[in-house]
Amino acid sequence: MSTIAITPDLIAQHQLTPGEYRKIVDILGREPNYTELGIFSVMWSEHCSYKSSRLHLKKLPTRGKLVVQGPGENAGIIDIGGGYVIAFKIESHNHPSFIEPFQGAATGSGGILRDIFTMGARPIAVLDSLRFGRLDDPKTGARNRRILTGVVAGIAHYGNCFGVPTLGGECIFEPCYDGNPLVNVFALGICRKEDVFYAKAAGVGNPVIYVGARTGRDGIHGASMASAEFTEESKQKRPNVQVGDPFMEKLLLEACIEAMQTGAIVGIQDMGAAGLTCSTCEMGSRGEVGIEIELDKVPQRETGMTPYEIMLSESQERMLLVAASGREQEVYQVFRKWGLEAVEIGKVTGDGRLRVRHHGQVVAEIPNRELADEAPLYDRPHTAPPVAPAAPPAALFAGGEAPVIADALPRLLAAPDICSKRWVWEQYDYQVRTNTLAGPERADAAILRIKETGTAIALSLDGNGRYAHLSPREGAQLAVAECCRNLSTVGAQPVAATNCLNFGNPERPEIMAQLVEAIEGMADACRFFETPITGGNVSLYNETLGEGIYPTPVMGIVGLLKIAAPLAIPFVNAGRSIVLLGGVGTCDDVRFGSTEYAKEIVHQLWGLPPALDMEKEKRVQEAMRQVAAEGLAESAHDLSDGGLAVALAECCFGAGQIGAQVDLDSDLRPEILLFHEAPSRILVSTANPKAVAAIAEQHGVEAVIIGKTFESGLEIRQRGNTLGAWDIAVLRSAYENALMR
Amino acid sequence: MKFGVIVFPGSNCDHDAFYAVNHNLGQPAEFIWHDSRSLGDVDAVILPGGFSYGDYLRCGAIARFSPVMQAVQRFAAEGGLVLGICNGFQILVEAGLLPGALIRNRGLTLICRELRLRVSTTHSPFTGALRDGQVLRVPIAHGEGCYFADERTLDELEAEDRVVFRYLDNPNGSLRDIAGILNRERNVMGMMPHPERASDPLMGSTDGLGVFQSMLAAVQAARPVAEVRP
Repeated sequence: MSTIAITPDLIAQHQLTPGEYRKIVDILGREPNYTELGIFSVMWSEHCSYKSSRLHLKKLPTRGKLVVQGPGENAGIIDIGGGYVIAFKIESHNHPSFIEPFQGAATGSGGILRDIFTMGARPIAVLDSLRFGRLDDPKTGARNRRILTGVVAGIAHYGNCFGVPTLGGECIFEPCYDGNPLVNVFALGICRKEDVFYAKAAGVGNPVIYVGARTGRDGIHGASMASAEFTEESKQKRPNVQVGDPFMEKLLLEACIEAMQTGAIVGIQDMGAAGLTCSTCEMGSRGEVGIEIELDKVPQRETGMTPYEIMLSESQERMLLVAASGREQEVYQVFRKWGLEAVEIGKVTGDGRLRVRHHGQVVAEIPNRELADEAPLYDRPHTAPPVAPAAPPAALFAGGEAPVIADALPRLLAAPDICSKRWVWEQYDYQVRTNTLAGPERADAAILRIKETGTAIALSLDGNGRYAHLSPREGAQLAVAECCRNLSTVGAQPVAATNCLNFGNPERPEIMAQLVEAIEGMADACRFFETPITGGNVSLYNETLGEGIYPTPVMGIVGLLKIAAPLAIPFVNAGRSIVLLGGVGTCDDVRFGSTEYAKEIVHQLWGLPPALDMEKEKRVQEAMRQVAAEGLAESAHDLSDGGLAVALAECCFGAGQIGAQVDLDSDLRPEILLFHEAPSRILVSTANPKAVAAIAEQHGVEAVIIGKTFESGLEIRQRGNTLGAWDIAVLRSAYENALMR
Repeated sequence: MKFGVIVFPGSNCDHDAFYAVNHNLGQPAEFIWHDSRSLGDVDAVILPGGFSYGDYLRCGAIARFSPVMQAVQRFAAEGGLVLGICNGFQILVEAGLLPGALIRNRGLTLICRELRLRVSTTHSPFTGALRDGQVLRVPIAHGEGCYFADERTLDELEAEDRVVFRYLDNPNGSLRDIAGILNRERNVMGMMPHPERASDPLMGSTDGLGVFQSMLAAVQAARPVAEVRP
C-alpha cells in the first residue's frame, strides 16, 4: 500500500487542499503514506472537523446549572434530578439519505442511538426533522415520494426493531430540498448520574477492545462524501452508504450497558463517521495518551482488506472500548452472553500517537492530538446572506374577499407542511417502553414520563427554512422561541438544547454569511431563553448541481415537567372560553411573505419572517406555564404555521370534534388576521377565563377572550362579520387525507 | 402468583410486560433468558413483543428453535398459562402452539395505533374477568399482524369458541377480524394488540389490564385453597 505515490491529484481526490497537505507534512515531519492520507482526509473533513463552523460555534452558550456535559462528547448531558441524567443530541444524515433513502435514514438513526448509549444512557426517545422536495411537483414529485417513503421506512425499521419510541418531529416540503433532502434524527437516553461514561482512553497498557459487527468495505469515505456538494456522479456513491442492522445494535446496547455495570470499562466510543480512525484518535486525544492497534486482529467481514479500507470503513454497529487491564474477561463474558464478538486489537500507550500495524508492520503513525483536535480552522469569508424580494406581490391584495378566506383554510390544512403526518408516524412505534404520555400530533410537544424519577420530560424539534432564508438570524431565533413555546404550552420548563445546522457550501461567502448569522441569532435566543446548547451537528455542502437548500437551522429543546395527563391540542368540552394568550398580534405585508398563506395561496416568498419580540415571548411562555401548572387549561395549542385559523381548526380535531365560534376585534386585513404567523401566541380553552386573564396580567401579557367552544362547526368573525364557517368533518378530511393523496 | 417474562435478545416489550404485571397488577415477576431450559416456578409465562432474533427472516421463525421454547412447550402441555403478545403471538404460531400464520399487514407498513377490540369469548383464563362483547381500547404496533389461516381452521376456531378478540376497525386485513386466538386446551393465547400498553392510567387506557387480571384470577382459582391463603 505504501507504494502508492502521493500525487497532487490523489490529494485533491481526498478533498484536501494544498495548504492542508502542507500542514500534514509539518505534523508528520515527512510525507504521509496512502493510509495516513486517508486517515487525515476523513478526520479533517468538514463532517468530522467542523473546520468552517468551529470558530462560530464558540459563540453558542453551553453552560447552565443543569448541564453536566456540554459539546465535545458523543452527546450532551443534563441533570433531571432524582439522581438521574439525560443524554441527547441531534445528527444529520442528509447526504446518505438522498443516495439511498432507506439505509441512509436507518443508519442515521443507528448512529445517533449509539452516540447516546456510548455515554451509558439507555435511549428512550427519538424524534425526526425531515425535509423533502414537494410531492406534487410534476417533474420531481415521484422521486420525492420515493425518498420520503424510503426515509420513513428506514427510520421505522431501525427504531422499531431497536425498541425506542419515535415520538414524531417535523416533516416539511419545499422545492429547494428536491435534490437534497434533510434527515435530522434526535435521540435521548437516560441513566444514573454516576453511570455516565466518557469516550476517553486512559491507563497505559490497558487493552483496546473492538466489539460488535465485523468490518467490511461499506461506507468508506462516508464522512468525506458528506462534506461535498452533489453532482451527477453522486449516485455512483451508493456503495459509500452503509447498511444498518438494528438487531445487532439492540444486542450492542444491551451488552454495552451490562458491561459498563461490571466496572471494568475505562472509556468507550462508538465507531460512526470515520470508523476506527475516529474512535481511536479521539479517545486517545481526549485522554492525552497514545493508542496502538494491530489491524490483523480487527474482525473482518471480507478478505484482503487493506489498512486504508479497514481504517476508513464505516461499517455500522461497532464500538471501541478501553478496559482495565486484568479485567478483560469480565467484559468478554458479557459480550459472549449477547452473542457478540469482543476482541483485543491493541493497547493504550504513553506516547500520544496513533500507531497502526498490519501484519506486524507499522502502516500509519500520527500524533493523536494533532489529528483529532488540530484540524485546519477556517475563518471563511462571509459577506451578506442573499436577499429575497422585499415587496409583496400585487396578487396579495386581491386575496381579502370572503370566499377566498373560506376556501383558504381547507387548502392550508391540506398543505403538505401543515396536514396530518399520520401516514408517517403510524409507521413508528411511538409507545414502546410505555412512557409516552403524548405522542405525535397529540400535544404541542412530545411528553415522556420517567419511571425512574417519577417526573416527566417534554421534547420539541423545530426549524423553518423559509424564515431562515429570509433572515438567517431571525429564523434561528424564531426556531428557538417556537421550541420553547411548544414546551411551555404543555407546561414544561425549557432547560437545554441541541442544534442541527443544515446549510449549503460554506466556501461561498453568501452561504457562509447565512451560517454565521444563524449561529449568532441562535446564540442570542438560547442565552435569552436559558437553554444552553449541549451539543449538535453541522451539515454543510447541502447543494446539488449548485442549487443550495434554504439555510435550515433545526433546534431540539428539552423541558422538564411533572407527571400528569398531557395538556393536549384538541378542545375537550363545549361551552368553554377560548383565550388567546399574547393577543391577535400584528403583521405587515412584508412580514406576511414568509407565511404558509404566502406559500400555498399566493405561491410566493418575500420580505421577512414574522417579527419576534423575545421579551414578550418569554412573558407569554411564563404565563402559559403558570396556567398549566394551576390546571386552568383544558387544552392548549400555540400558533405557528398557518396562523390563528389553522390553529383553531386543529383544536377542533379531537375525538369529540368540539367546534368553536370566535369573533376577532382587529383592524388587520382578514387574510392577514387569520393567517399571519407572528409568534408569542397560544390558544387556551378554559372554564375559568378570569383566572387565566389574571395570570396573564401578572405577567404583563395580553389575553383576549376570542370566543367559545361549541358542539359543532367552526365559525370565525371579524367584528361581527363572518369570515368563514366550516363543517369540522370537512376540514378534518382535508387535514387527514392530504399527505399521500 | 408469579409471572415469567421470556427475554429473547431482540425482545423490546419485555420490560413493559414486566412493569404491567409487577407494577400495575402488583404481582411478582421474573425475566427468563432465551437459553434457559427451565421456566422455574412461574405460574404463567408471557412471550413479549419485539424482534426475537432480529426477525429478518419470518417473524418468530428462529425463536421457535430456542432452548426456552422447549420449556414453554412442556409448560403449555402441562396446562400452564402462556400469553404471546405481538411478536410472542408470532412465535407461538411458528412453534405450532397456535394455528394459522401472521403475514404482512394489508397496507405493507407497520401500524402503531390505539384501536378498539371486541371481547369474543370470556370462556378463557385470559378473559374471564372481562365481559362478553366488551369493547376495549388497546394499541397495536406491528408490521406482520394479518392473521391468516385456511377456511377449515377459521371455521374450527369459531366453532370451538377460540377467537378471543376481534378488531372493530380491522387495521391489517386479518381474516374474520381476528386479533387473538386460543389453543384447543384454552391455556395458550396469542394476541397482536399490546395489553401491557393499556395497563396504566397514564397511558390513556387500562383496558388491557383485564387480561392480566383474568390470568391472576384463573391461577388463584385453580390452586388448592390452602395454597392461596397466606
